[in-house]
Amino acid sequence: MFSTSLTLSDVVFLAQGAGMTILVTALSVATGTVLGVIFGVLRLQLGTILAMPLVFFLDIFRSIPLLIQLVLANAFVGMVLQLETSGFTIACIVLSLYTASYCAEIVRGGIQAVPSTTRRAARSLGMTWFQDMRYIVAPLATRIALPSWIGLALGVMKDSALVYVVQVTELLKSTQILITRLQEPLFLLLVCGAFYFLISFPLARFGGYLEKRWSK
Amino acid sequence: MIEIQSLHKSFGPLEVLKGIDLTVNKGEVVTIIGGSGSGKSTLLTCINGLEPIASGKVIVDGIEVHAKSTNLNTLRQKIGIVFQQWNAFPHLTVLENVTLAPRKVLGLSKAEAEAIGEKQLSHVGLGAKLSTYPTMLSGGQQQRMAIARALAMSPDYMLFDEVTSALDPQLVGEVLETLKMLAEEGMTMICVTHEMAFARDVSHRVAYFHRGVMAEIGAPEQIFGDPQHEETRKFLASVR
Repeated sequence: MFSTSLTLSDVVFLAQGAGMTILVTALSVATGTVLGVIFGVLRLQLGTILAMPLVFFLDIFRSIPLLIQLVLANAFVGMVLQLETSGFTIACIVLSLYTASYCAEIVRGGIQAVPSTTRRAARSLGMTWFQDMRYIVAPLATRIALPSWIGLALGVMKDSALVYVVQVTELLKSTQILITRLQEPLFLLLVCGAFYFLISFPLARFGGYLEKRWSK
Repeated sequence: MIEIQSLHKSFGPLEVLKGIDLTVNKGEVVTIIGGSGSGKSTLLTCINGLEPIASGKVIVDGIEVHAKSTNLNTLRQKIGIVFQQWNAFPHLTVLENVTLAPRKVLGLSKAEAEAIGEKQLSHVGLGAKLSTYPTMLSGGQQQRMAIARALAMSPDYMLFDEVTSALDPQLVGEVLETLKMLAEEGMTMICVTHEMAFARDVSHRVAYFHRGVMAEIGAPEQIFGDPQHEETRKFLASVR
C-alpha cells in the first residue's frame, strides 16, 4: 500500500515555491523579451561591424552555463560592487539577460523571414521604416517567431530551478527541502514534476491557440 | 511629368543602366520591352527611389527623386508601383491590405479609407472579396488587389513591373484588362512587360531596352511594324 507523510501544509509550501518559479519566470521572460526585441532589431539595423560588440555581449550570455552566470553575478554584485541586493533581484537580472540573448536571435530570425519584397511593397506605398516595422514586419515576424519564443519561455521556466544558488526558494528548492525532511524523494519529485507541468501546459496551449488563429 | 536624364545605375561592378534619357508626360502610357537583364525593371525601382542611382537624375513633377532633401515617403504617395510578385500583406484581409497605407500614410479615418478601398477593389473586380485573406485568392486576384492597393493612394503615376509574368496563362487576361481600363481612364503609366500584344494595343510609346541602354523608342506601330535598331528586330523576331 502507498502511504506518504506529505501534509496539506507541505503542499502549500510547494505551491509557494511554484509561485516563486512563476514570478521569477514571468518577470525574466517579460524583461528579456523586451530587451530581446530591442537587441534583435538593433543587431539588424547596425550592420555587421557596428553590431559586433552587441553580438559578443549576447554570445556571453548564451554560451556560459546559467549556473555559473548566477554564481558569478552574485559574487560580482556582492563583493566587487559591494551592493546589498536580494538573491531574487540577481536571479531576475541574470535570467532576463539570458532570455534576451536567446530572444534577440529569435527576433532576428523572425524579421529576416519576412520577405524583402513584402517590405518593399510597404515602403513603395509611402510607409516609413517605422510604419513598415510596426504594421507589416512586427505582425508577420511574431507569427514566425512564436513557436520558438514559446519554447524559450518554457525553457527559462525550467532553467529558473537554478536560481536556488542565489538563495531563492523556488519550486525545485522547496521540493528538496521536503525531500530532506520526509525522505520520499521519488514521490516528491513526481509531485514537483506535476507542478512544473501545470505551469507549462497553459503556456504551451496558449501558443497552440495563437498559431491556429493566425494560420487562418 | 517624369523626366529621366542620363541615368546610370550599377549593382557592384555590373552596370545595369548606362545612361537612360526618357520623358513621360501626364496621361501617357509608355511600355518598356526587352530581354532579361536589360535593366527595365531596375529603371522602375529607380523612379520611386527604391534603388539609389550612380549618376544622372530622375525628376518627378519637378522634384529630384535622389536629392538628399527629397522626402521619399511623401514622393512615393504619388507614384504607385506594382511588382511581378504581388506582395500581398498576408496577415491582413483584402480590404485591410488596401486601406492600411491610406490610413497610416495619408491619415484618413477608417471609414474614409474603407470607402476608397471598397471603390478601388470593386473597380478591379474584387468587390465581393473584401474580408477574404489574400492566401485564399488566385494569383490574378492577388495581383488585382495589389493594383487596387496602389490606386487607393490616388497616385498620379503608376509603374507596373512585369505584373503578369508570375501568373498562370489563363489569369494573365484579367490583369491586362485591368491595366487597359486604367490606361483608358487616362492614368500615366510606365509598364515593363513581356506581353507584346498589350504593348502594341495600349501604349502611346514603346521603348526597347537592350543591355542597359534604351536602344529605341517610338510609337507602337513603328516599333512593331518598322523597328530601326538591329537588336529590336532580333528581339521581336524571337518573341513572336
